[in-house]
Amino acid sequence: MIEILSYPCPLAGGAAAHELALGFDRERPVRVLVVPALFDEANRLRRFTLEVMRRLDGAGIDSFLPDLPGTNESERELAEVEAEDWIMAIEAARREFGATHVLSLRGGALLMPRDLPGWSYAPAKGGSLLRTMLRARVLAAREAGREESSEALLTHGLEHGLDLAGYHLSPEMVRQLQELSPPARDDIAVIAQDLIGGSGLWLRAEPDEDASQADALAAVIAMRVQT
Amino acid sequence: MMPSDTDRQLRQILTEVLGLKPGQADAFDADTGLFGHLPELDSMAVAGLLTEMEDRLDIVVEDEDLDGELLATYGNLLAYAEARRTA
Repeated sequence: MIEILSYPCPLAGGAAAHELALGFDRERPVRVLVVPALFDEANRLRRFTLEVMRRLDGAGIDSFLPDLPGTNESERELAEVEAEDWIMAIEAARREFGATHVLSLRGGALLMPRDLPGWSYAPAKGGSLLRTMLRARVLAAREAGREESSEALLTHGLEHGLDLAGYHLSPEMVRQLQELSPPARDDIAVIAQDLIGGSGLWLRAEPDEDASQADALAAVIAMRVQT
Repeated sequence: MMPSDTDRQLRQILTEVLGLKPGQADAFDADTGLFGHLPELDSMAVAGLLTEMEDRLDIVVEDEDLDGELLATYGNLLAYAEARRTA
């Protein structure tokens, strides 16, 4: 059964805040840390992410989905959070839940613990995520009769932070996102959309779900942990 | 006339963004309205569409090109993609 869990997440200065996580925990040997997609893609993939976790549970695999500081139920202000904080949070969740594997979705690949084996589903570069959100803002401004440019927004964002897709990003978040790319690692298998079939749900204009895609992703993981 | 490779790929990308059934995008013609005609195609969805076009068609979409005309119809978007690919 799905449970609401929490994990201690380090803060600057040595204190720790508690962040929430969803988990299927029956103390089974395979425990997968799920690193969610980022920003608006997190919303569009949320249902899919949970559908995959339910299937893993059915296949005898525990899984955990931590909130990133500044998102969902977190008490932290996103405007004060850096991508580095997210990486530390994921590492803290990994320790708390005793994860044996990691599954990242899209931009989650930018945050994976360095030495945990597992899978990256359709990994995305930080720069691409940023470019898409910048462009969405330029388009929305144009519709409203204002002229903005990606370049000027980015320059401003690197100095003062920036509102993109409804998220207030700190200057550090903008800078780090620009630089982060999914790592090429022997212990991380990249699962491309072709393998899952259908089209990526993060691309959809509106949130959607697809049982066959969730079946496929969970099956890839279940098969590979059993061999 | 045979559809070009760009035409096929662009229909495929729109199929994915709009969550259409396979083949449904075949009915798009040059005058099919996009931005402003399809309610689900908001600025975030269009931005995702353009990033996907860049990645798959190996083109660069400049800010200056993002005007109402570009996204008004399927024909405009296709003409733009084809021009950028040969540029």
